[in-house]
Amino acid sequence: MATAITVEGLSKRYRLGEYRAAYGTLRETLVHTSRRLTGREHDSPKQEIWALRDVSFEVPEGQVLGIVGRNGAGKSTLLKILTRIVSPTLGRAEIRGRVGSLLEVGTGFNQELTGRENVYLNGAILGMKRQEVERRFDEIVEFSGVEKFIDTPVKRYSSGMYVRLAFAVAAHFEPEVILVDEVLSVGDAEFQRRCLGRMEEFGNTGRTVIFVSHALPSIAQLCDRALWIDSGTLVEDGKPAQVIANYLHQTHSAGTERVWEPDHAPGNDLARILALRAVPHDGLPPGVMDVRREIGIEILFRVLREGKPVVPKIKILDQEGAVAFNAIDTHERWSDPVPPGDYVATAWIPGNLLNEGSVIVEAAICSIDFPKLEHHAAVYEALSFEVLDPGEGDSARGTFSGQWRGVVRPLLDWTCEHAE
Amino acid sequence: MSRAPSTLDQRTGERTRVDDETPVDPSATAAASRITVIKPASRIPRLDVGELWHYRELIWTLVWRDVAVRYKQTFLGIAWAILVPAFTALIYVIIFGKFANFPSGDTPYPSLVIAGVLPMQYFASALTLSSLSLLANLPLVTKVYFPRTLLPLAGVSVPLVDFVVGLPVLLALMWYYHTWPGGWEVMLAPLFIVLAVVTVLGIGLLLSAINVRFRDVRYMIPVFLQVLPLLSGVMFAVDQIPEKWQWILSLNPLTSVIAGWRWAILDASTPNPAQVAVSVGVAAALFIAGLAVFRSSESSFADTI
Repeated sequence: MATAITVEGLSKRYRLGEYRAAYGTLRETLVHTSRRLTGREHDSPKQEIWALRDVSFEVPEGQVLGIVGRNGAGKSTLLKILTRIVSPTLGRAEIRGRVGSLLEVGTGFNQELTGRENVYLNGAILGMKRQEVERRFDEIVEFSGVEKFIDTPVKRYSSGMYVRLAFAVAAHFEPEVILVDEVLSVGDAEFQRRCLGRMEEFGNTGRTVIFVSHALPSIAQLCDRALWIDSGTLVEDGKPAQVIANYLHQTHSAGTERVWEPDHAPGNDLARILALRAVPHDGLPPGVMDVRREIGIEILFRVLREGKPVVPKIKILDQEGAVAFNAIDTHERWSDPVPPGDYVATAWIPGNLLNEGSVIVEAAICSIDFPKLEHHAAVYEALSFEVLDPGEGDSARGTFSGQWRGVVRPLLDWTCEHAE
Repeated sequence: MSRAPSTLDQRTGERTRVDDETPVDPSATAAASRITVIKPASRIPRLDVGELWHYRELIWTLVWRDVAVRYKQTFLGIAWAILVPAFTALIYVIIFGKFANFPSGDTPYPSLVIAGVLPMQYFASALTLSSLSLLANLPLVTKVYFPRTLLPLAGVSVPLVDFVVGLPVLLALMWYYHTWPGGWEVMLAPLFIVLAVVTVLGIGLLLSAINVRFRDVRYMIPVFLQVLPLLSGVMFAVDQIPEKWQWILSLNPLTSVIAGWRWAILDASTPNPAQVAVSVGVAAALFIAGLAVFRSSESSFADTI
């Protein structure tokens, strides 16, 4: 298969000094320059930042490539170089075919011009030939749904109409290679959803796509391959699920395992928590859990005396701190005081229950003392891990790859009959 | 990799149908095989004419946009392209012609002035538009690639429309005073306008590149444009002033533009060829310097703007 994009040793350096000069006034620069020339001010060593350092990869035609990484890792710089908005400091890249990007939605729209005029203007800016715009004009207008106002200046449009028209033009530009930076893209959730849908279409029609996103599920679902970029360098290149799992593991160091010395273990004179662990899933790095599989939370605790009945409890919160649920072991083994000693209790959270994203676990050893729940030992934000959907279509989201709200995400049984 | 339009059918059945009816667009196939090479900006600035040709439709579109927007939501519309030079000329005629008695040689003073005001107006508009062009198109510069030279180029092209629309004022005065072109030299008239375009494009490239970094340019331009008519012989015939001053003024290409234009159109006195040569030299130097500065800083526009 032919190669659509070749990137060889691409690097981009920013000098911090340049930024200062850029925002300074002419007078400041003249003063600095003259001082340097007369030797009154020494050229201070300029601070350099490599936004991108020696990145190389190839993308075969028709591949959908996802790029993950933290903010400021260099993902957007890479896309800006590939769209030729900024030029690299070192290295080289080759792209076969026309390049488009959803960054450009509505770019260059002129408020004073009518919708019709803006379609032609925007088309030319995106790189469409006039004939091409003419040929697709009716489709574009129909797709946008603003037929009635096509000869009205766009400054009179509602923001929704404006975005729809802009998107319609971009959606009818059909480049061979499309670069999408979701981080920089504008618009509301609905608009982003359409962008994603459009991207999926591009991928399905054999176009080459590079997709930068913080929405890891979208990457897992849409991409054939993923790159992980950190501090400007390429860390990993491989299957999306694997790359995302490793990326999440590295960024979530809060821990999937905690152990305390018995003397310093949290708790009182009745019970102490000695260790906590999220049981790892085979084939995934610790700290990353497959959304479809059950997740075990292991609590090792010590009962110091046979005072009153105790019961282990967990509390699950999502990344925004919303409580998903509390759970205690209701088995009758805890209905009477247990003899002193060490116990390991494991709570099994069913697969397809939690939603994707970060999960925080709290653990406690309690006594039920209605109306109170008495905590003997409690650890807040004890464990955290990341729930990941590998995007194979058999989870609760099916084949949908967009945003899926909710603290939980159960896979329900549905019944359906033919209505009479 | 084969295209699979079937997946498009559910959402945009219309599109595939249209595609089937339309023969393959040869330009689209040509674009498909086009390879874009991205590498560090070259040290030696040069004008990539082939690339400019590739983007010729965009130049037209940008010019068309600016022309279309220029007089939107004005009551008098394009009539301003006539009124502005007419009023300016009227003021000059009253102040400098009636009260100050500026020398005009053999040419009637109003014809002389309007023939100077039209290129001057062009130059002033083109200078302002091209110098501020990069900043005025900030969203384009930071989001889409195209040769950045297109923006100053569009900036100097747009006021040509005003210039052409303003010509009837000149023609009316020529008719009134019976000052017609002498003969073949009228064929050279467009060349002097080309000289004005080259000059202003050079300055526009230079100032627009500087303006990316230093917004001071915006404040310098009006000051410069205030003194420029005096230094270009808009309200007097250059051959009527001492020769020493003629040579100094010839360093300003606009002086030769106006003198040459009057000679070609109004049959005014022939400009000194050596002085015109000086002006052409200065214009060429400005153009090369402007292009060099622009091209060498072009790659960092998006980083610093």
